Amino acid sequence: MKRLKLFPISRRAKDLLAGKLMLLLTILAALLVLLMVAGLYLKSRPVLASQPLAELLFSTKWRPFRGQFGFFPFIMGTLWVTGVAVLIAVPLCLLTAIYLSEYAPARVREWVKPLIDILAGIPSVVFGVWGMLVVVPFIKDSVAPFFKVFSTGYSILAGGIVLAIMIFPVIIHVALEVFRAVPQEVREASLAVGATRWQTVKHVVLRKALPGVAAAIVLGIARAFGETMAVLMVVGNVAKVPGNVLDPAYPLPALIANNYGEMLSIPLYDSALMLAALILLLVILLFNLLSRAVLARVERSIR
Amino acid sequence: MDRRKVEEGIFRVLMVLATGLILSSLVMILLTVLVKGLPYLSLEMVTQTPRGGYYLGKGGGILNAIIGSLYLAGGATLLAILFSLPVALYLNVYSRPDARFVSVCRLAFDVLNGVPSIVFGAFGFTLMIYFGLRASLLGGIIAIALLILPMLIRAMDEVIRLVPRELMDASYALGATRWETALRVVTRQALPGILTAVLIAFGRGIGDAAAVIFTAGFTDAVPTSLLRPAATLPLAIFFQLGVPVPEVQGRAYASALILTLLILIISVAARRLSRRLTRHVVK
Repeated sequence: MKRLKLFPISRRAKDLLAGKLMLLLTILAALLVLLMVAGLYLKSRPVLASQPLAELLFSTKWRPFRGQFGFFPFIMGTLWVTGVAVLIAVPLCLLTAIYLSEYAPARVREWVKPLIDILAGIPSVVFGVWGMLVVVPFIKDSVAPFFKVFSTGYSILAGGIVLAIMIFPVIIHVALEVFRAVPQEVREASLAVGATRWQTVKHVVLRKALPGVAAAIVLGIARAFGETMAVLMVVGNVAKVPGNVLDPAYPLPALIANNYGEMLSIPLYDSALMLAALILLLVILLFNLLSRAVLARVERSIR
Repeated sequence: MDRRKVEEGIFRVLMVLATGLILSSLVMILLTVLVKGLPYLSLEMVTQTPRGGYYLGKGGGILNAIIGSLYLAGGATLLAILFSLPVALYLNVYSRPDARFVSVCRLAFDVLNGVPSIVFGAFGFTLMIYFGLRASLLGGIIAIALLILPMLIRAMDEVIRLVPRELMDASYALGATRWETALRVVTRQALPGILTAVLIAFGRGIGDAAAVIFTAGFTDAVPTSLLRPAATLPLAIFFQLGVPVPEVQGRAYASALILTLLILIISVAARRLSRRLTRHVVK
């Protein structure tokens, strides 16, 4: 009798204990972002103390041996490469997403979606290899001569093209979700008053989905911002503020990845690289938070 | 002709072209790697470690990197499962589905999922310095585990969320505790989806380079302990490409082919597996 009574209690104790443990893990995992910010901030404090933040961000002088760390060329490199990638990717991705959600027969959609998933799964080094083999020579031999300039091919344009392909899946995936959230009735109403399909897309679907589409693009930008290996392999890595898309650039992630070897032998160098990582992290967090907030609202609006 | 119809036609063509272009970029990448890598692919590549002078074009293979990547991604995946499964179960079984805590956590994991791997690498590196670790298999495992943790949590969360509420209620009605329900009913029901998520995370772990560049180091030997440095396939590709010897660059292409095949096999397996296991799930 006693045993029977005790048994359920120990089961409940197990249940409670497991619950507490899992809660702890959940809180820990959710706080990981803040932990990362704190950890990188602690590491970048020495370089932040050595010179004013404005100088770090806007100086073009990158001379680690003299303790001068001006991130401006790298920040501009990141912005240029990301900009080119987004300019290429956004129109293509939107057209594809509209096609898949509004026009394509179900059979086509079932075929295309897994292929886009495969594209998303290809490792960034492989994108880099492809960029070096195809994109870089193409720019060197065809694009640069066309504009009558010399380029080794290792350029912002090469980085932008490779990066654009890498963010295709992100933008398409999110845009598809957003289009799916637009109620079918709105489309039917538009078609019923005589609008063509494209007019319906243009005036009804896109208008309704606009915030979500913007969020999809911002997520794409955030992904492009931090992409490292593929860009590093094709972008040239020259620490100068670029002037046009055929110039080489040196984006922030490439700076971090390229200098891991030397960073412990020069004072403040490791701290400066951790600051670069912190800058990336903060910008990406901001972009992610913004777009997630918009997407959450989109999701709520359809319930 | 009607202007509206012309516009409709133009955009329809543009859309098909865009879709075609995006798909052909995938085909082009796969074909390039195949065509360039295949001539250099040999049994030696996948069964031997680099011999002396390998990086000058002498004999050997990249077994060190293949094994290193498998150890690294395997260890990281196991570690990440230990953390992600409880989190996903907690969010769906223990908490109320509409709780604010749950949506805040989901937001946190979504945001974490967007953090680039180089930042995980840098953070992993600061952790390693803090704990006095050197670049090693363990360091790499920790960095990759952190990297795949948010995607595993979100993927598991998605599949566990789909487990019918009635199934859980039935389990409670029989007197099971939440813990028993989570472990024996929910996890089992969601197993196919969980395994798919695990395989995809494993593939991501194999393919990532930026997170391991600081943390795992590189070596020509197959790692024998957690505290030794470990080579990884992506970095092996990267380093071989940097050597201005045609033979070595060719091997880099072959290594890229090996990596791509590995990833493709894993992703096809993930799809297959989930389809097969779904047969035993209560619908």
